[in-house]
Amino acid sequence: MMDDLEKRMIDGFQRDLPLVERPYAEIAKKLGVEEDDVIEALKVLKENGTLSRVGAVFKPNTVGESTLAAMAVDQDRLEEVAAIVSNFDEVNHNYEREHRLNLWFVIASAEKGGVDSVLEQIQKMTGIKVLNLPMLEDYHLDLGFDLRWT
Amino acid sequence: MDLSEHEKSLIGALSDGLPLVSRPYALIGEQVGMSEAEVIEALSRMQVDGRIKRFGLIVRHHELGYKANAMTVWDIDDDKVAEVGRCFGNFDFVTLCYRRPRRLPDWPYNLFCMVHGQERDAVLEQIEQLAEKCGAAAASRDVLFSTRRFKQRGARYGKMPPELESVA
Repeated sequence: MMDDLEKRMIDGFQRDLPLVERPYAEIAKKLGVEEDDVIEALKVLKENGTLSRVGAVFKPNTVGESTLAAMAVDQDRLEEVAAIVSNFDEVNHNYEREHRLNLWFVIASAEKGGVDSVLEQIQKMTGIKVLNLPMLEDYHLDLGFDLRWT
Repeated sequence: MDLSEHEKSLIGALSDGLPLVSRPYALIGEQVGMSEAEVIEALSRMQVDGRIKRFGLIVRHHELGYKANAMTVWDIDDDKVAEVGRCFGNFDFVTLCYRRPRRLPDWPYNLFCMVHGQERDAVLEQIEQLAEKCGAAAASRDVLFSTRRFKQRGARYGKMPPELESVA
């Protein structure tokens, strides 16, 4: 279970983290606690996996290039193929989904041509066709996720 | 927009997250050869010009109890897709909404929208709501729930500073 401070931090600071010398002290001031309380709570959230990181979400394809890729993998090869895909440092999300195309992953690279190279290598290593579905237009303004605590 | 060398290093150093210490921008700055003020200035600039969409706590939906994660995909006429996409993108349960290419005959859908919810049924209802409110009820669509997560972390862009490269 999450405590009150953790919830209030998640509600209030998914965006606009203070850009001041001591951002966690600034958050603490707004929430009526001490800087150490905020840092401790963030460490707890990080350790239990709720917090991926305090960081930036970049507009797609402005820093480096990225794409969404999909493969139709036989069930008995799925774990093997998923492991090959996950093993690439350029792959950051890799999910099984309910569809004939059942393996979906995101590739991001800082190098020009890096995405194509990973796509090709995966195709070669697995012998399975990889669909390349790059983003063409972004319709979502990312404000973080509105959590409904119940 | 091109990135300066400083911005590239900064992005690389940030890919594992802002350090959880009292002066995190100063610590990041030390790693990439920038002053604390320069780090703050660069992050501020990238937010203002839109290269950073948001800067803050990045949470994992699954760990927060949002276990139903649906990628909903739609085949929308090319001349209507922007309007429908913007309409979808306004709903607070939508976390991503992108146009992508169709790949016929394997893949007929051109609009992708992520919906997170606590229960599968609730997510299906939300998708129904999107279809009705955004004039997409007649469009062909599919819903791909995730059943297994093999890997999830932030993208690694930019140059890793040398002292981190060896452990990355």
